Amino acid sequence: MSSKAEILSRIRRHTLEPSPLPALDGEWIAFADRQAQFTQVVTGVGGQVRVRDPRQSLSELLLALPCMENAAQVVCTLPDVRLGNASLDDFPTPQSLAAVDVAILPGEFAVAENGAVWVTDRGLRHRAIYFITQHLVLVVPRGEIIDQMHQAYDRLRFDRPGYGLFISGPSKTADIEQSLVIGAHGPRSLTVVLE
Amino acid sequence: MATIDLPVIHAKAADAFTKNDARAHWHDQALWFIRVKRDRLVHALPEWETLRERASAIKQHMISRLADYLEQFEREATRHGAIVHWAADAAEHNQIMLGILQRHQVKRVAKSKSMLTEECHLNPFLERHGIEVVDTDLGEWIVQLRGETPSHIVLPAIHIKKEEVGELFHEKLGTRAGATDPNYLAGAARDRLRDVFLDCQAGITGVNFAIAETGGFVVCTNEGNADLGASLPKVHIACMGLEKLIPRAADLGVFLRLLGRSATGQPITAYSSHFHGPMPGGELHIILVDNGRSQILGSEDYRRSLHCIRCGACMNTCPVYRRSGGHSYGATVPGPIGSILNPARDPGKYSTLPYACSLCASCTDVCPVKINLHEQLLTWRRDIAARGYLSWSKRVAMKWGSYVLNRPKLYAMAGRVGRTTLRWLPRFLVYGPWNAWGKQRDLPPPPKRSFRDEFRRRKTR
Repeated sequence: MSSKAEILSRIRRHTLEPSPLPALDGEWIAFADRQAQFTQVVTGVGGQVRVRDPRQSLSELLLALPCMENAAQVVCTLPDVRLGNASLDDFPTPQSLAAVDVAILPGEFAVAENGAVWVTDRGLRHRAIYFITQHLVLVVPRGEIIDQMHQAYDRLRFDRPGYGLFISGPSKTADIEQSLVIGAHGPRSLTVVLE
Repeated sequence: MATIDLPVIHAKAADAFTKNDARAHWHDQALWFIRVKRDRLVHALPEWETLRERASAIKQHMISRLADYLEQFEREATRHGAIVHWAADAAEHNQIMLGILQRHQVKRVAKSKSMLTEECHLNPFLERHGIEVVDTDLGEWIVQLRGETPSHIVLPAIHIKKEEVGELFHEKLGTRAGATDPNYLAGAARDRLRDVFLDCQAGITGVNFAIAETGGFVVCTNEGNADLGASLPKVHIACMGLEKLIPRAADLGVFLRLLGRSATGQPITAYSSHFHGPMPGGELHIILVDNGRSQILGSEDYRRSLHCIRCGACMNTCPVYRRSGGHSYGATVPGPIGSILNPARDPGKYSTLPYACSLCASCTDVCPVKINLHEQLLTWRRDIAARGYLSWSKRVAMKWGSYVLNRPKLYAMAGRVGRTTLRWLPRFLVYGPWNAWGKQRDLPPPPKRSFRDEFRRRKTR
């Protein structure tokens, strides 16, 4: 008997009482000011939030970010912004991204309760870019901030192969005596730009 | 593997840890700090109890139809291009892993945190076959460099001081002697492990949640190490215990809200990555591991322990765990949940673990999936006795206890003898090695009268 058949028969040997699958609706938390809540949480987990002033162009805002100072290699995949000196498609392998200083990428939506931003690998040649860059900037439409995670899964579909993730703050560790260190293996800083 | 599995005597194993009182206190406080952080976030969320109830009901449903959901998961994962393997036990898991790595001529593999691979003792197995395994979670890497195992499932190096990390890194990485700054030390680790990520041929990750409906799975980290390991090399192998399954993607709304808050007092981990199929041009393997889980499923008493999402909250709150350290449990999963799961796998070896518990029920209170931990621990004590695994000293003491308690006159006399002799017996006779209770504390001063004397006196007054 294959291990699969063996495992399944071991499980099926025990007939358990059926137990209903609960619905997922509920009186979930909602915020009067989602943008303020989101900003507060992101700041609390070591990230920064910038809101674009209508008089300012997105490029101006991005260029003025502290992480752009002395950045030698900048990758930007935003469709309408001519910024950065390298296209993701110029990199033959994900390993060749090792020298990227700043990556500027779009985020689909943001979650107020936990400061997370949803991103995917759709149209991205290397998903490693989110982690290998020294600094990460995510640009999210201001109107796309939702209250909590239940709303997030209401809008997400996983019917095709792909990769997506919630990013909340920069990479961090507290494995040495519970002291928070920002910049563990991934980006040393995360800036969320609300556009 | 012909290793002799000696029984774990928790109290004995904890001796080395408790000997250093200052350090045991430091450990206690470090974990309590996380418990407090957890409380702060939990109390800020009005729907916390609703979330726990939903999570528990989802897991209960999933366990009741586990075989169907596993088949659905395999079907959907395969549709996305993943290759699904089934392993009945740890040995088969390791063989499957070795097969995949050898097929790709892997010399070095970057592994992110996976308690399952610890449970299967994967590292020594692969190393015997000439494959270098690098644990890339900082805490796990520290314990790997020290030749240890993790002492906590979420905080593997919680028992180690920064001075010791400094010495270790000085010796192994050539960092400055005497350095203790966590920023500096973590920076050195970052540099070294980056080289590993850039020059490895496969990545191994664990799985936090696998979704039957979509055939995908979610991995949560703060460091980003799992994602680097799963996006730089072309081969990604994810290992999961059968109980990691959830029915629907939308269930993640419940579980991701519970996990980070319970584990480390964070609203969510920095990265919650959803993998559906391999990356373009890559290969994704998923190994489903039973290793005793289907047996626990058959037990009415312990089935709910399969709800566990490995957040570690029961450890952070446990007064025994905090004061005895994770290594005293002699198992991959320590603490309250470990004291249920390990005896289920090997009751002879782990018979003392259900006794490393004061039955305070704090673990049950904090468990995000509502496992009745303290009740199961009590049930285990009954089972340990019924199966004949109780130690000789406990057996004899229980026999005498029951003999005396069944005879009211004898009991009254024993009380009288105790009350008088304890007053004049020299200390070394009372606090000898036979008095485990009195090891770190004194008996209360014996009262002049017994409760019954006192009761009678007041009634006649």
